[in-house]
Amino acid sequence: MKPAIEIRNLGKRYRLATSTRYIALRDVISNSVKNIFSTHKKGVEEFWALQGIHLDIMPGERVGIIGRNGAGKSTLLKIISRITPPTTGEALIRGRVGSLLEVGTGFHPELTGHENIYLNGSILGLKKNEIDKQRDAIIDFSGVEKFIDTPLKHYSSGMEMRLAFSVAAHLRSEILLIDEVLAVGDMEFQKKCLGKMEEVSKEEGRTILFVSHNLAAVSTLTSKAILMDKGVIKESGHTAKVLSAYTTLKLSGFVFTAPPDASSPSVNRIELVTSEGGSIQAYGKPMAVIFEINMPSADTKNMALAFQVINRVNNQAVLHNWIFDADMPICRKKGINRIEFTFPEVKLYKGGYFLKVHLAESKQKTKYQEIEDCFFEVDMLNLPEPEWGWYDNMCLYLDRGLWQLKD
Amino acid sequence: MEKTEHRIKPPEGFSLGLRELWQYRELFYFFTWRDIKVKYKQTFLGIFWALLQPLGLMLIFTLLFTKSWKIDTTPVAYPIFVLSGLIIWNLFHAAVSHAGESMIQNAAIIKKIYFPRLIVPGSAVLVALFDFLMGLLIFLVFCIIYKQLVQWQAILFFPAGILLTLVAGFGAGTFLAALNVKYRDFRYTIPFLLQFLFFASQVIYPLQQVQQSWLKYVLALNPVNAAIELFRTPLNGGRIDMEVIGIGIVSALLLFITGIYYFRKTEAYLADHA
Repeated sequence: MKPAIEIRNLGKRYRLATSTRYIALRDVISNSVKNIFSTHKKGVEEFWALQGIHLDIMPGERVGIIGRNGAGKSTLLKIISRITPPTTGEALIRGRVGSLLEVGTGFHPELTGHENIYLNGSILGLKKNEIDKQRDAIIDFSGVEKFIDTPLKHYSSGMEMRLAFSVAAHLRSEILLIDEVLAVGDMEFQKKCLGKMEEVSKEEGRTILFVSHNLAAVSTLTSKAILMDKGVIKESGHTAKVLSAYTTLKLSGFVFTAPPDASSPSVNRIELVTSEGGSIQAYGKPMAVIFEINMPSADTKNMALAFQVINRVNNQAVLHNWIFDADMPICRKKGINRIEFTFPEVKLYKGGYFLKVHLAESKQKTKYQEIEDCFFEVDMLNLPEPEWGWYDNMCLYLDRGLWQLKD
Repeated sequence: MEKTEHRIKPPEGFSLGLRELWQYRELFYFFTWRDIKVKYKQTFLGIFWALLQPLGLMLIFTLLFTKSWKIDTTPVAYPIFVLSGLIIWNLFHAAVSHAGESMIQNAAIIKKIYFPRLIVPGSAVLVALFDFLMGLLIFLVFCIIYKQLVQWQAILFFPAGILLTLVAGFGAGTFLAALNVKYRDFRYTIPFLLQFLFFASQVIYPLQQVQQSWLKYVLALNPVNAAIELFRTPLNGGRIDMEVIGIGIVSALLLFITGIYYFRKTEAYLADHA
């Protein structure tokens, strides 16, 4: 049997103008005028998002792609779904490809739910007669049949999401590419969709390529996985093996960086300034988090930044901190905006943690980014040990209180 | 079942990609349908708005050029003369500006899914054609009111004029669409270019009355002039200037080829810029 996806030496290079990704004609003109008078050429930064990717995926295989932000996962998916061309190498795709880089692509608020099913379905590559046949199933599955003739603008975001997922779950393509789409929407319905996709996958031998940060979803949905880091494949094979390699890789990074996005606000860099340097933080000592947020334009109002500190063992959020533009004007400059958060005393108990950072706009309730990165270890350095010692997973948060005798 | 096979490679060479466009014809239809539907749902006055604008302009120009500065357009009454020019001009204007903006307006979709990108400016032009057909109806009503004689050859000349406008508008529109994505500040020049072209089109004056022959040839490079010439031929008793038509057709075809060529050349990278 021939592989459904055959990738040979695939690479993608982006040229980044130093500050923005898009070009203004005015800059091109003024630069070329400048260049007449000076021999000094302005350097264009080159950046390989992907390099030397070799990959074979057999029909019916379900493969998870994991890795940190900026590892090249999404770029790989974009190339396979033909949104952007590779710079080197090639990929051979056998079968019809359905790509879900987003659910509800092309949804229009003025059109009714019913009309949007047709629009979204045809954007996703369904033929009109295929949609005709599945229309009732899609409406049924979404659970919004009462509102199906109402314009989408009157839907709640949950309803809209359910409709979007429904169309996606009824795609009939042989190869399905899914990117992070399961990061949003309500959990119950996501599970239903995952179930539906899995059902289709097992019955019809559909090939699925699945990018996610949700490790639990990757391990339930896929049997194989590949781990990407800095544009190359670090590890591939059984999901369990790859997931453990990922955990080791995650430990090394306490600084997060990503190239700026020209079209929407993005987190450029997050740095942890720990008490001991690197990724080691002492209990009770101060720690700072420095955010660099890139804004495509000046005077954007209502930006909101928040982060959770999450325990690595049980994935539970221990702390949550946020700042809204209404509290303090943030992200008003074009380009890089630096914001610093300080914990005067870190009260986290010994163990491994990471940050989950959310960048959003509070008025329209648009979420721009959600990043899980910046791994660090808290240690009970220089603290008198209790009699039983600082044993693992005793608690997540440790604060002093006062004991008093009351009899 | 035979499986479709596709090879993804760095872009090289040039092809029109007609076969693929044909495969995606339904999406073409859905994009056009969406834009028409949304447009007429959103505007309060709906279809009337599309008609109000040319009628308003017709009124102004008629007042100016029949009372203050007389322009001789016999055998065509001036209101009919100017309205015929206006609807063709509006078709060109809408085709160029909608198609020019279309790639940026659909950037969210373009970044998330693949389809032949020519569909986007293509359907924008079809939406412009839809608006035009509304205008054409009103024009025919006015022909009846003013007892304008329309020769039977109109069934050939009208479509020819419309087709020429579409060819030129699609060419210029796709070219601008690609330029707009690559150079974000280019869009600000479009209204200016179009305004310039409006006065270089025989909407409010007949090209025949331009005194200097060199100026007439320069103006004939504007394909809208040839389109209006074709459209008015059955109105003015079959009088036609073949030079203007010939030059206009050549320049429309050049625009069409350049536009599509540039668009196809840059198409692969549009998602990176959008």
